[in-house]
Amino acid sequence: MSGGDTKLRIGFIPLADATALIIAVDKGFTAAEGLDVELVREVSWSNIRDKLNIGLFDAAHLIAPVAIASSLGLGHVKVPIVAPFGLGVNGNAITVSPALYAAIGAAADGNVVDPMVSARALARVVAGRKAKGEEPLTFGMTFPFSTHNYHLRFWMAAGGVDPDEDVRLVVLPPPYMVESLANKHVDAFCVGAPWNSVAVDLGIGFILHFVSEILAHAAEKVLAVRGRWAEENPDVVKRLVRAHRRAAGFVEDEGNRDEVAAVLAAPHRIDVAAEVIRRTLDGRMKVAPDGTVRMSDRYLIIGRNGASRPDPVQAAWLYAQMVRWGQAPLAADLLATAKAVFRPDLFDAALGPEAEQVVSEPADGIGAFAGPLFDANDIAGHLAAWGIKHR
Amino acid sequence: MDPFLKIVIVDKNPIRAAILEDGLREAGHVHVVRIEETANLLARIYAVDPDVILIDLENPSRDVLEQMFQVSRAVKRPVAMFVDQSDSASIEAAVDAGVSAYIVDGLKKERMKHILDLCISRFNAFSRLQNELDRTRTVLEERKVIDRAKGILMKAKNLTEEEAYALLRKTAMNENKKIAEVAQSVIVAAELLK
Repeated sequence: MSGGDTKLRIGFIPLADATALIIAVDKGFTAAEGLDVELVREVSWSNIRDKLNIGLFDAAHLIAPVAIASSLGLGHVKVPIVAPFGLGVNGNAITVSPALYAAIGAAADGNVVDPMVSARALARVVAGRKAKGEEPLTFGMTFPFSTHNYHLRFWMAAGGVDPDEDVRLVVLPPPYMVESLANKHVDAFCVGAPWNSVAVDLGIGFILHFVSEILAHAAEKVLAVRGRWAEENPDVVKRLVRAHRRAAGFVEDEGNRDEVAAVLAAPHRIDVAAEVIRRTLDGRMKVAPDGTVRMSDRYLIIGRNGASRPDPVQAAWLYAQMVRWGQAPLAADLLATAKAVFRPDLFDAALGPEAEQVVSEPADGIGAFAGPLFDANDIAGHLAAWGIKHR
Repeated sequence: MDPFLKIVIVDKNPIRAAILEDGLREAGHVHVVRIEETANLLARIYAVDPDVILIDLENPSRDVLEQMFQVSRAVKRPVAMFVDQSDSASIEAAVDAGVSAYIVDGLKKERMKHILDLCISRFNAFSRLQNELDRTRTVLEERKVIDRAKGILMKAKNLTEEEAYALLRKTAMNENKKIAEVAQSVIVAAELLK
């Protein structure tokens, strides 16, 4: 490493959607751009957010809604964050305990692979428990401002389950999800890879849905930097985006997958068996302890289908969920601020507008399994479509 | 200073938690509760009903605490983090030291200041101790390895202890390595040649 390199500290959580970042650094793509990156493994989104906010990190692997919440000042200090690169689309899954899987199956009037069938079945299970005076079901998710929180809510509410009234939603750190399902502290959880697979491999959980079955295109993690930092370091942002784009392309080349999985499996990176990571990248998921496999080319999208180019429609959808569930008020200026977190212009400035080929993506950019098409300029209309929401 | 504040310390490291608790008690706080177990963390915290929560940053359960800010019927009292725009120096010092603090809404910032300062100084003192301990441990282990290598060399090459050490030192200098590294290689080689 030459002495003239720009030194950067970048924080990440050990999850499969940190792949582009880890590959960019470990394969030397950032070094090739003259960036000397120190990757710092973190244990909580709160830590990542705080260290990014106060400048201990120059950039971070960040869950998309936290970038928006930070920019809006929700629940915490208001620090404008921008995302010049999308690290991953989709990648989450809903895993349920064997008992809940059996209950949903028994209450279903069709194939539970259909999320509307499973959500309606969940509503019957919930009603049955209530009638018998049993404790409400508990669902684990990763953070109040998390895609996991919104994905779970969107799915169950479509089937008639009020996530604030009918069940309990609790925050659990991803590494504790599996243990909590095993010892029955939760009945189900929504989390990113590899934790769903870990539960299935241990025989204690069934993957009920890939989130890509609920929303065809859901922005998950972004490469986040402070807005001011991006303004002061436009050239570094470009170099970061270029290095990440190269890494994302590398990951999507199937010939590189074994090498990618081996890099990610290292103890100081994701620290999970390479085989599990490979399955995740391939979208070839074991969904039941008996070995049943479900394939999806949308399970986790890193460098295809426009996943790398931040789309403000995604930011608008996440903001709409914050409004729907009472975390944020509905206001035109807040919507504009939220959308401005996702910065396709910074992506284009680094790579040119033709860099990202978008193929066969949903017309509204989201592709939800229920409800009307999403209009990023009409959040009130989106909310009006739903009976169940925060009151 | 308010001795009646109820303070919860969430820290999986019992020694650091004890050091912090001692500091708080010395400063006159009598209601200090330590939580090491993070299963059902929110329920444990609600049971204590604290005014102040201190948590170490190595704890993944920090994200669980963020749920307390959400409007929910499970929450008895809204809790806000001890940070606002004017506090950046304190936040930086705390994050740097590896601790974070949460307080109930409405508690005056000034009343928290000395608690946070105390946390920062105790956490920093603990890391210094930890580093010193790690260094001492390394030195002890290296000494053990060097002693074993000396023994092997003395036997194999019929050297005195001083000569064996001098050989290790000379080799280390020539190879640009630490004496302990060369000693480790001697032990490995001796194992292989057994």
